[in-house]
Amino acid sequence: MSRADRETEKGDARMLKEMIGRKSEKTKNVIERGAVKKFAEAIGDDSPLFTDEEAGKQSVYGRNIAPPTFPVTFDSGSIPGLNLPPKGLIHGEQNYVYTRPLFVGEEVHCWIEVKEYYERTGNFGKMGFLILTRYGEDAEQQLLFTEERIVIINEAARKEMER
Amino acid sequence: MSGIGQMEVGETLPVIQLEPVSRLDLIKYAGASGDFNPIHTIDAEAEHAGLPGIIAHGMWTMGNLAKLFTPYLGEGFIETYSIRFKGMVFLGDVVSLEAKLKEKDSEKQIFDVEAVNQDGKKVLAGSLAFAVLKNQPPAAQGS
Repeated sequence: MSRADRETEKGDARMLKEMIGRKSEKTKNVIERGAVKKFAEAIGDDSPLFTDEEAGKQSVYGRNIAPPTFPVTFDSGSIPGLNLPPKGLIHGEQNYVYTRPLFVGEEVHCWIEVKEYYERTGNFGKMGFLILTRYGEDAEQQLLFTEERIVIINEAARKEMER
Repeated sequence: MSGIGQMEVGETLPVIQLEPVSRLDLIKYAGASGDFNPIHTIDAEAEHAGLPGIIAHGMWTMGNLAKLFTPYLGEGFIETYSIRFKGMVFLGDVVSLEAKLKEKDSEKQIFDVEAVNQDGKKVLAGSLAFAVLKNQPPAAQGS
């Protein structure tokens, strides 16, 4: 490895480490009935609780709910300075924690935070692990869910970020 | 609907075997989720990324896996859902979805969940906590 390469590597690590703790602006979303229906169809989940108004009313929730992975559709704004490469990213993990299900028709205010960044050297060279947490609150600022996404960034992709 | 609350530790939910993965499945998921990374829909882009062909979105498989709990959503809701992606899903793969009750108390049940392909290889695995409601809807705020 040349000295220039080593310098670049240090630069990458520093840049991503500096992002830890940075957050996006809260962004308002409305859970649209049509979007929930389309999403439920795309994962082949035919629960009437997602789409059938009457079934929703009769349920313990008194309304329709959204599937647990629906937050992938939410706009959470963007983190200034965090420009992930379009290629070379591997989705490692995804973790949800809910205080209650999401309701069709409600407002959800979302933002993302860079929770952690670290590097490990393994069989495929040095990999970066970036932990991004998305938060969602209701209109009264009550936390509804967190969504943690662990993204693995390979060496080539980290170099790409420097360009 | 009877009984996720009555399950015993070690019992499994009925396995769901998905239809072979089709390109249209992934195009639909791209549209519904907003994830248009072309390695999931366009052969040339997948090959350019060093893959033998297009692969399913990990979140497509994770979204499907939650279907195991669909019959029980009237009894409770998915409180935590954690997945580690372990292998790629290719076109034509036949994915089976499985859940086994690992622990339970009066309020929640914790399942080991996984999706395996036709060769028995795990493509994702993790854990899901199902919160059992006692005829009390969770606090409905803001609407």
